Amino acid sequence: MSLIGLVLIITTSFFFSGIVIRTKSILSGRKGPGMLQPLKDIWRLFRKGAVYSKTSSFVFRIAPSIYFSTVVMAIFLIPFDSFPGILSFRGDFVFFAYVLALGKFFMIISAMDTGSSFEGMGASREALYSMLAEPAFFILMGSFALLTGHTSFFEIFNNLRFGSYISYALGTLATFVLIIIAMIENSRMPVDDPKTHLELTMIHEVMILDNSGFDLGLILYTTNLKFAMYGALIANFHIPYGLALHYSMAVFMGIQILFAISVGIIESFMARFRMNHNPQFIFTLSSISILIFLGVLLMLGRIA
Amino acid sequence: MIFSIAVLITVVAFVLLILVKGQAKGSIALGVVLINAGLSSWIAFRTLYGDPFELSFYGGLVFGEIPIRVDSLSGWFLLMMNLTMVTGIVYGIRYMTPYNDQSSNITLHYTSYILNHIAMIGIYTLQNSLAFLCVWELMAISAFLMVIFEHSKMETLKAGINYLVQSHLCIVFLTFGFIWVSANTGSYDFKAISTYSASVIPALSFLLFGCFFIAFAFKAGFVPFHTWLPYAHPAAPAHVSGIMSGVIIKLGIFGMFRMLLLIKENHLLIGYVILIISLITGVYGVMLAIIQHNLKKLLAYHSIENIGIIGIGIGLGAIGLGLNKPYLVFTGFAGALLHTFNHSLFKSLLFYGAGTVYQATHTMNIEKLGGLIKKMPQTTTLFLIASLAISGLPPLNGFISEFFIYSGLFNGIRSDQLTHTVVIITALFSLSIIGGLAMLCFTKAFSVVFLGTERHPFHQKIHEAELFELFPKYIVAICIVAIGVFPQLFISTVAKPVSLFYSGSTFKPIQQEFIDVAQMVSLAAWGLILLSLLVLGIKKITTSARNITTAPTWACGYTVPTPRLQYTANSFVRSFRKLIRPLLIMNKKEEVIYGVFPDTIHSETHPYDKIEALLIDKPIKGIRRFMGRFKLVQNGSVQYYISYGVGFIFMTITVPFLVTVVRYVIHLLKQIGV
Repeated sequence: MSLIGLVLIITTSFFFSGIVIRTKSILSGRKGPGMLQPLKDIWRLFRKGAVYSKTSSFVFRIAPSIYFSTVVMAIFLIPFDSFPGILSFRGDFVFFAYVLALGKFFMIISAMDTGSSFEGMGASREALYSMLAEPAFFILMGSFALLTGHTSFFEIFNNLRFGSYISYALGTLATFVLIIIAMIENSRMPVDDPKTHLELTMIHEVMILDNSGFDLGLILYTTNLKFAMYGALIANFHIPYGLALHYSMAVFMGIQILFAISVGIIESFMARFRMNHNPQFIFTLSSISILIFLGVLLMLGRIA
Repeated sequence: MIFSIAVLITVVAFVLLILVKGQAKGSIALGVVLINAGLSSWIAFRTLYGDPFELSFYGGLVFGEIPIRVDSLSGWFLLMMNLTMVTGIVYGIRYMTPYNDQSSNITLHYTSYILNHIAMIGIYTLQNSLAFLCVWELMAISAFLMVIFEHSKMETLKAGINYLVQSHLCIVFLTFGFIWVSANTGSYDFKAISTYSASVIPALSFLLFGCFFIAFAFKAGFVPFHTWLPYAHPAAPAHVSGIMSGVIIKLGIFGMFRMLLLIKENHLLIGYVILIISLITGVYGVMLAIIQHNLKKLLAYHSIENIGIIGIGIGLGAIGLGLNKPYLVFTGFAGALLHTFNHSLFKSLLFYGAGTVYQATHTMNIEKLGGLIKKMPQTTTLFLIASLAISGLPPLNGFISEFFIYSGLFNGIRSDQLTHTVVIITALFSLSIIGGLAMLCFTKAFSVVFLGTERHPFHQKIHEAELFELFPKYIVAICIVAIGVFPQLFISTVAKPVSLFYSGSTFKPIQQEFIDVAQMVSLAAWGLILLSLLVLGIKKITTSARNITTAPTWACGYTVPTPRLQYTANSFVRSFRKLIRPLLIMNKKEEVIYGVFPDTIHSETHPYDKIEALLIDKPIKGIRRFMGRFKLVQNGSVQYYISYGVGFIFMTITVPFLVTVVRYVIHLLKQIGV
């Protein structure tokens, strides 16, 4: 039964960036590509040959595959409604965060492997930003561990009950934090602009300048998977307890679509921050997480 | 019996070391280390999987009865130490080959290595404080001799003396603590520490613990007692850096565990103190590690960070003892012990890797390296494994120990006390920051040293290390991977020393639960590995029919890129350095550009440790200024010195005489008064 969640996340990943692109094109009054265009692009890349840099080594060749595997592994840990993930154990979110970090580690060193200064720049930024985003996630999970007394994704989500005003505020804040983490991890606005054409201002795009063919397709698809994964985390917060399966599936999909649309809206109406303002912005997330922590303390009556 | 054999073999080996030549010295040293390691490991195994070992012998009038007690804590540390000492000597023989013509120097080196090994075995087993101090001193001196192997270099000598001074500061505190106890109990046995601390008021026993803590913190490298470490490690030969970072600084960790076992008071307070110091240590260590240009110095600062992580575990466990929460005790102490072991593995592997790089390129400045992956693929792969492990990433061993500590923190967050919860969330915050920073640090170190193309042309031909040199590294790497993918096998062993803290079978259910969790982590690790292989396989099949070509790196249209255009380590961490600028001292030397056709200019940046500047350099400057006032006494003319001598002799005669006179006068006065 745990497979339902996995299937749902993979389904979402197929049309997620389609929805984002569609939203953006509607909002800017363009006709825009079809919903499945990103997927078709990826499929085309899978069937292409590849050009590798002379400078690069085996690190560059294995990195995209490892990156993909780490995200799939992370998805295995995510529960859906009343079903635990394929793997579920105490402290699984620690594994979740660290396995994603492993993927990032490989992407960073593969960017450095090409010897290009542009890719080094992107790699440096990626390393810094993911470091800054890490504490927010851990404080968030720590707060919920404190609130529920459990230490795994499945148990936390299953014991999270919203009832009071504070809890709604907490839910909103947590959703906000997760959305922003998802935006940072996927290198989207307002931290990074995937559509920029100047290498100097890119993060993720510039790291994969030298990837082509199968590897590039894999990386692009992994980005979609990552979005769907964070969407699933957000959805888990909001699926009401004890809903029938078909309803909760519908709610899950609805939340994913909403998430995708909101990503599109954010990208349409926000400009990218200046690079040197990004660290402050990302670090602010930790303070919001601390706010959640204080809220939890309030709920438990530890502070008046 | 065993001991006499070990001592006999060692003494014979010292004589042989002097007699034989060149390569044979290494073989003898290897043999002796192997024998000593084998004998002590045998005892260690017996205590870990059986009963504690106890023996006592009479050490003469001064020492009295010297008890040798090997419990599972000593056993764990003994095994850990032996593994690294053996891989260290195997690697070291190869590393030392170019120096074989310096015969006496080599003899001294191997002798100190063997002595150091024996001293450490002594530290882990002897429980008489006087004997303990002796072996501790032996360890410190022999380590000093190993560090200054290249003593013709001024810098090495300076680093060595710095180490020697600070390790004796540690001994001062140790001696003070031991004398304190023996003056009050009249016994040198460690058990006296336990009885004494239980008999006095909590504040005093806390002070006693603090005294030992500072001593061991010097050895382990906790901030602010860490300043010797970043000098000593880079100065030493690579295998010595490996064992220093891998096992010698762990003596401090062992000491803390031992004292926690002996001093059973104030655990809660002690736990908080250790936890907070460790958090600072961890974050500060990795922050400074990131900005280093010298590969070995970077690794040295990373040792400080890892000591911080171990300390977080110890602090958490001690808090658990104070609050009587077995779960925290188990996760904290088991995490700390496992991380101690893990760190000794990956850090020694990293130092061996750095040594191989140094021997091939003759530089440790990472800005001058690059592209080594094509010339030494095996060394690179081993270094990559160690880098991933030290960043705490699955499926390797660093993750397992950090996972333990995380589990403890997440579990311990639920408490009735607000301060407790706040401290734990701070610890979570710091630990996650440490994880992120470690990744930044090792992506930098690994990619700048090994990836891309070489930044400076090398004059000599660079080739892969020989198999004999790679062999010990493979052994270590296998251990790293094994712990990472089969963590469940190691839990019952690491649970043995932890169970010393709680009598009975309190830990059985927790241990079982962790074995189950580790089972799942192992499954996830295997899943990750298999999935990666699967994806790589699919890629191979789908792309086999396609056209795969190679071309220069895309430089956005620029057609003549040079290696100098590559991103440097300095620029890789530039934005980070800007962020933490208030916490750093960066010494910059920049020249200004003049004219229309400027000459070549140079600019240099050297990071400096702010805590060192504040706590070491400033007081030393003050002391120097104060001492400077007495310069007139030491004016260099012999006449004065002779007069000082005469004055001294005169005083030794007159002072007692005067005292007698005064006494007599007082006596007289008293008689008059009566």
